[in-house]
Amino acid sequence: MIPPIALEVCVVTLGIFLLMAEAFSIKTNKKTLAHGAIFGLAVVFVLSFLLQPNPAGLQESGFYVVDDLSLFFKRFALLSTMVVLVLGMDYEPIVARLVPGETPGAGTGEFYILPVFTCAGLMWMSSAADFIVIFCALELVTISLYIQVAYLRRSLASLEAGTKFLVLGALSTGFFVYGITWIFGMTGETGLAAIRNNLAIIPVASQTAVLFGLGLVLVAIGFKIAAAPFQFWVPDVYQGAPTPITAYLAVASKAAGFVILIRILEPFFTVDAFRDKLIPALGFLAGLTLVFGNLAALPQTNFKRLLGYSSVAHAGYLLVGMAAIGNVFAGRAVVFYLCGYLLMTFLAFLVLVPVAKATGGDDISNFNGLARRSPGLALAMLIASASLAGVPFTVGFFGKFFIFEAAFSQGLYWLVGLGVLAVASGFYYYFKVVRAMYWMPPAEDAEPVVVPALSRLLIAVMAVLILVLGVYPRLLTGMLP
Amino acid sequence: MSPLSPLLFLVLVPLLSAMLIMAGANPRFTSILGSLVNVALLAGLAVFFNTDQPGFQFEGGFEVVPSLGINFLLGADGFSMVMLALSVLVTLAAVVAAKPPVQSPGWFYISLLFISAGVIGAFASVDVFFFYMFHELALIPTFLLIGIWGSGDRQAAAWKATVYLATGSFILLLGIIGLYLIQPEGLRSFDMRQIAAHASAGLIPDSPVVYLLLLVGFGILVSLFPFHTWAPQAYSSAPAPAAMLHAGVLKKFGLYGLIRIAAPVLPESVERFSTLLLVLLVGNILYVGYVTVAQRKLDWMLGYSSVMHMGYIFLGFAALNTVSLSGASLMLLSHGLTVAALFAMCGIIRERTGTLDFSELGGLARSMPQLGLLFGFAAMASVGLPGFLGFAAELQVFFGAFSAGTSLMGEVGGKEVFAFNAFQIATICAVWGIVISALYMLRAYRRVFMGPLREPWARLADIEAGPKAVLILLTVVLLVTGFVPQLLVNLVRPALFVP
Repeated sequence: MIPPIALEVCVVTLGIFLLMAEAFSIKTNKKTLAHGAIFGLAVVFVLSFLLQPNPAGLQESGFYVVDDLSLFFKRFALLSTMVVLVLGMDYEPIVARLVPGETPGAGTGEFYILPVFTCAGLMWMSSAADFIVIFCALELVTISLYIQVAYLRRSLASLEAGTKFLVLGALSTGFFVYGITWIFGMTGETGLAAIRNNLAIIPVASQTAVLFGLGLVLVAIGFKIAAAPFQFWVPDVYQGAPTPITAYLAVASKAAGFVILIRILEPFFTVDAFRDKLIPALGFLAGLTLVFGNLAALPQTNFKRLLGYSSVAHAGYLLVGMAAIGNVFAGRAVVFYLCGYLLMTFLAFLVLVPVAKATGGDDISNFNGLARRSPGLALAMLIASASLAGVPFTVGFFGKFFIFEAAFSQGLYWLVGLGVLAVASGFYYYFKVVRAMYWMPPAEDAEPVVVPALSRLLIAVMAVLILVLGVYPRLLTGMLP
Repeated sequence: MSPLSPLLFLVLVPLLSAMLIMAGANPRFTSILGSLVNVALLAGLAVFFNTDQPGFQFEGGFEVVPSLGINFLLGADGFSMVMLALSVLVTLAAVVAAKPPVQSPGWFYISLLFISAGVIGAFASVDVFFFYMFHELALIPTFLLIGIWGSGDRQAAAWKATVYLATGSFILLLGIIGLYLIQPEGLRSFDMRQIAAHASAGLIPDSPVVYLLLLVGFGILVSLFPFHTWAPQAYSSAPAPAAMLHAGVLKKFGLYGLIRIAAPVLPESVERFSTLLLVLLVGNILYVGYVTVAQRKLDWMLGYSSVMHMGYIFLGFAALNTVSLSGASLMLLSHGLTVAALFAMCGIIRERTGTLDFSELGGLARSMPQLGLLFGFAAMASVGLPGFLGFAAELQVFFGAFSAGTSLMGEVGGKEVFAFNAFQIATICAVWGIVISALYMLRAYRRVFMGPLREPWARLADIEAGPKAVLILLTVVLLVTGFVPQLLVNLVRPALFVP
């Protein structure tokens, strides 16, 4: 039995160890670092099942909670980091080309080590129960991501993405801190549990001030989860960043944003006065995000950009689930959706990386004729697109179903109505990829796309999981916190 | 309850055949074999089917989401058996009539088999949720079939059909969620029998919103006027087997759902909105009917005619009495078999001549006499000639619909009146529809098969043995059930709900 906090300690130690290893011994083959990182994270993943449950000392400190939700998201972060590292290995030639160095491969080692630190931040975040801890964890995640987004120093797009991400990230951090100070000023606490106690007793006149602070915090989190109208950084950053990092941003960073959203909103939902104001605000955000994400995705021709808008659209569905939080199942529906989103988005990226490598670009037209070049990859992409669009017998369908069931039962009919528009346009833009793969002829000299064994295994596992969970979601709902 | 229903094998056989093809088996042979196995399986089940026992038989399933009461539950009553028979017969006809395309024949048959598995699963489902899910299984194969192997402006057709169908399904899904939520808390279920039981116990309040969601959702899928424009375009572009399966079987899902779910649970809403539905279905029959007359190509004409015939079935549903509903159910079978046969032959003509334009065809009965005869049978069945099942079905629909509603004839409120109510007016329009359909069918027959034989078509080979055999099979089924429709009525009637 080990204390839960050991998980984060292990991950940070792993990161430092890898940095040292890179500096002192591993000079040539940087993939060894990635293998080491994956192996280390896998060990931590196994360790997470051997935890000592509910250590009283930590719970009482008010900084760090260990509950099912946090454990679940720690595993979520570990798994997604491992997938990102696998993606990173596929992406290695591009990193090596676009990072200047005296010897080939010099300066590319950190590409596989920085995600480990991000992972530690994500894991902290899922356990954070105090605004200060949330802030520190969030910064660990964001700062390490700034570097990763701008990693390709010879690619202008990557640098541009990095700058945009940095400026808007800093802006959202400002909002976050300012919001915290308002909440702290009114309640006298930064711990969420203590805030919950104080909220019930603060005078009505102070409520507006607390709401103002909470609104600022919501804006900051809106940036992180890419909710409209704070989504404008998404397309450029997604398109410019190295593809594995785009995947990381799309999945892990968004999931972490939703975890802190759930955590932060929880105490406020206990007070009716806040609850009545929060639900329409969340509903408004959800509606705006749904409409914007889906409509703006329609004309996209670049697949990474499309996935960027798709990530905005999915944030919309998730926010619908948050707005329906009065339904007992809604929280779990959000978590279920995030898991499905992890599977299908990573699957899409796992196919995108080798295809982009083979065809030299990540436009939708680069997928032309993939069904004839590599039927297996095309089938995997078909499954991913179907699931993202929400076709039944995929996990994406059940995700949407649970969310809309919750929204319907809470009487959020107008959001459900917007959902019709969103789903219909989703079918259009996800099927554009299917069309390219199956309808369009491949280029003349097209050869089968080469996929490394590890990625091939991951692709197969994820595709099968999407289908299995689409028939038998109990497999996952049984594990949800 | 046993986890294994014998009906599960009906769903699994096409899926397994598809997997065998993926693994490298001969596509055409494997899919024909799979479809034959399915026909045999269903025939075997029909022997064990007890017509005297009310409710579902061959039940089996397992829990999927217990907290929401979603179960994977298969079962069949008389009505489902009829629809299952339609599914396996049309599947067999479609895979036999299909010519392996040059481009990736394996995926072509796999897509067909997936549609087949989807429709069989939908008609064998007792759980509304899986009933819906299985229908959606056919969405992607349809997109691929039309987009890859279609003809004409196939990509536009595939897009349009997919976006329409996806929107319709999502509205339908909302309707189903609504259906779940209007049940009293604690008793909520997706099980058709339980929902119906709650409704008959008066536990479900009348809910116009849910009914309208169901009507529009199902309506888009069935090409109810004015949501019908995707259908003719898709069917004319689709390869023949895809059009057979889609127009013949898949589209019936919506009407089956309305008769099966909306009628027993929300009869008051059905009545309340009957005028709206009557207006729309008369649009299907008259407006689309006249549009059909104006078509210059056989495939477009068949596409529009299949839209038009949905109007009769909607009429049977709207009237909501025993006679009209059993007529509607019979018509589902009759129209499915007929339109499948017509699209199969349309595909053969397209393949032989390369055109379906009436102005370029003519006299084909001379070079292809057997095809001409079979087409004649199918065309007559489509018009509703006595002796075919279509006649028995239409007759019941008309009788049922004419007697529906409050009568305005005779003594009403102490005054002698003689007027038609909305149902009767709609019925009269529908009867006029028969004339329209005779007009376009006979004209098409004349322009394709009669008249002077044009030079390029003089030495066309007649229909091959395989397609001939399945077309004869379909015709025989139509004729036998047409002479003894009571067989089917007895089977279907106990399963129908009449308020």
